[in-house]
Amino acid sequence: MYNDFAPIPIFIILSVVFIAFALFLQHLIAPAKRSALKDSPYECGEEVEGSAWVQFNIRFYVIALIFIVFEVEVVLLFPWAVVFKELGLIAFVEMVVFLGILTVGLVAVWRRGDLDWVKMVVPYGQGRYAKLAQPQDDVDH
Amino acid sequence: MNAADILSTLPELVLTVTALGLLLLEVMGKPPRARFVWVALGGVGLALGLEFAVPSEGQFYAGMISVDLFTRFFNVLFLTTAAGSLLISVPYLRRTLEERGEYYALTLFATVGMMFMAKAHDLTITFLGLELLSVSLYILVAFYRNRVRSNEAGLKYLLLGAFSTGFFLFGIALIYGSTGTTHYDGIRLAIGSGEQLSMALTVTGFGLLIIGFAFKVALVPFHMYAPDVYEGAPTPITAFVSTGPKVAGFAAFLKVIATAFAFTTQHWWGILWILAAITMTVGNITALRQDNLKRMLAFSGVAHAGYLAIAIMVGSADSAFALLFYLAAYAITTLGAFGIVSLIEGEDESGLDMDSYRGLARRSPYLAGVFALIMLSLAGFPPTAGFLGKFFIFSAAIDEGYTWLVIIAVVNSLISVYYYLRPVVAMYMQEPADESAVAVPAFIVPVLLLVVLVALGLGLFPMSLVKNSIAAAGSLF
Repeated sequence: MYNDFAPIPIFIILSVVFIAFALFLQHLIAPAKRSALKDSPYECGEEVEGSAWVQFNIRFYVIALIFIVFEVEVVLLFPWAVVFKELGLIAFVEMVVFLGILTVGLVAVWRRGDLDWVKMVVPYGQGRYAKLAQPQDDVDH
Repeated sequence: MNAADILSTLPELVLTVTALGLLLLEVMGKPPRARFVWVALGGVGLALGLEFAVPSEGQFYAGMISVDLFTRFFNVLFLTTAAGSLLISVPYLRRTLEERGEYYALTLFATVGMMFMAKAHDLTITFLGLELLSVSLYILVAFYRNRVRSNEAGLKYLLLGAFSTGFFLFGIALIYGSTGTTHYDGIRLAIGSGEQLSMALTVTGFGLLIIGFAFKVALVPFHMYAPDVYEGAPTPITAFVSTGPKVAGFAAFLKVIATAFAFTTQHWWGILWILAAITMTVGNITALRQDNLKRMLAFSGVAHAGYLAIAIMVGSADSAFALLFYLAAYAITTLGAFGIVSLIEGEDESGLDMDSYRGLARRSPYLAGVFALIMLSLAGFPPTAGFLGKFFIFSAAIDEGYTWLVIIAVVNSLISVYYYLRPVVAMYMQEPADESAVAVPAFIVPVLLLVVLVALGLGLFPMSLVKNSIAAAGSLF
């Protein structure tokens, strides 16, 4: 049984040698004209701007969390859909139960207001929002 | 899946539906929150009734779940623990204005996880139950979001728990790789018939499983989280965390060892021998220095896990019965201990040190009497249930020739008497700071009665529980 794994190390060695050889070849042949623009990281054709280490709004956290929950749900739906015909009604009922439980969670999150982008616990114009409540007129002068 | 399958997990289904209903009730905000606890208790009571009303026996869900007297014994214990922990929680939650539906729902979800750990007959289900239990407890430990200690405890529990889960899962993967199955009987068959890939791989996998279980039941050296988590968690949750996962962990551990790995005893008994010895010693000696009651009880829990590990290691039918008896006595008395601690505890987590118990016998004689009984039972004085539990475990170990381990255990029991008697001395022999009686809410009274019934009643008339434990342990072998 261990013999079945013999091709794997061979493939690993071959792939390392192949890539190393290709890189070595292009190092020999290709002309090297470096410039600041070439050394900058590729950002979809846009000009590079700022660091990737920026602070995200904490609100993305809840959205990401809920997104992951439903993504996992979809991952479970795919294999279920593949064997759906063989399993029949039982599989359907089981998936409905599973989706029902997740729906209860969604309803709970929704009703609690966690899906709202702005969940104002602190009244507007108080606490950390105090500055926002100041009249905006003095921006003009 | 057919009707028999559904009937075999009816109690778990009832609890799940109750928990989901509680979540919905919480967001609808319809009935006052004061009624949620009755919904939760109703669900637990219904599940307990169904456990007896609809008995089933055998393997279900294509062999992934096995139901017998063993699982019924533990389901009754889990449901009792859950009900007791709910009752303890109510006054505490109301005092701190944190009574919410999620609290009850999470307690029920954790209970469902425990029940599946005992019922599992396949490592994947064991893992699912373990995760359902753990994840619910991570949230419950950190339930008091405004308390720094509660948050710290929750984060520690989550990080270390996730780490131990990794070990557990890797163990399952190795066992599957070696035996080609995760089914308990299949693993046993593969080991017994020699069809496994390699013994070394199976035993390595099982060693990783031991680490996973040892973390859940807090065996040294996997116990570091226990004192901090127990201290930081709100006291009713500490009561739940110190009983639920420990009982469920030992239940699943015993079942895995007795069914799947019965043929590999010679490979792991030495590890468990050492684990049991150092767990008892470290737990007891560290508890001597604790002034905080919650920390003291945490280390006492670690020490008790050591005694219980002896029963796991011995692995005979006698020791399995002793383990079940001991777990029942330990779970109920520890629950009561934390219940009383939550009563004495003042605002902002004060009143947890030994001094707060001074003269309690003069202030509230009945409460002090129950607490003293609990301490005596945990220390193992006759005629309490704790004494009988220790006696059964030690005699089962002597029968199998583990004399030295029993000598270590007995010396440890003697050491433990010191710290168990400290609160008793404070309660009965020292002057109280104030003479006012401690208010005992009506919710706690049933728990205290149950504690007296178990600690004293089973100590004097143990045969009912002994018979049930023997029958339950017998269905494993």
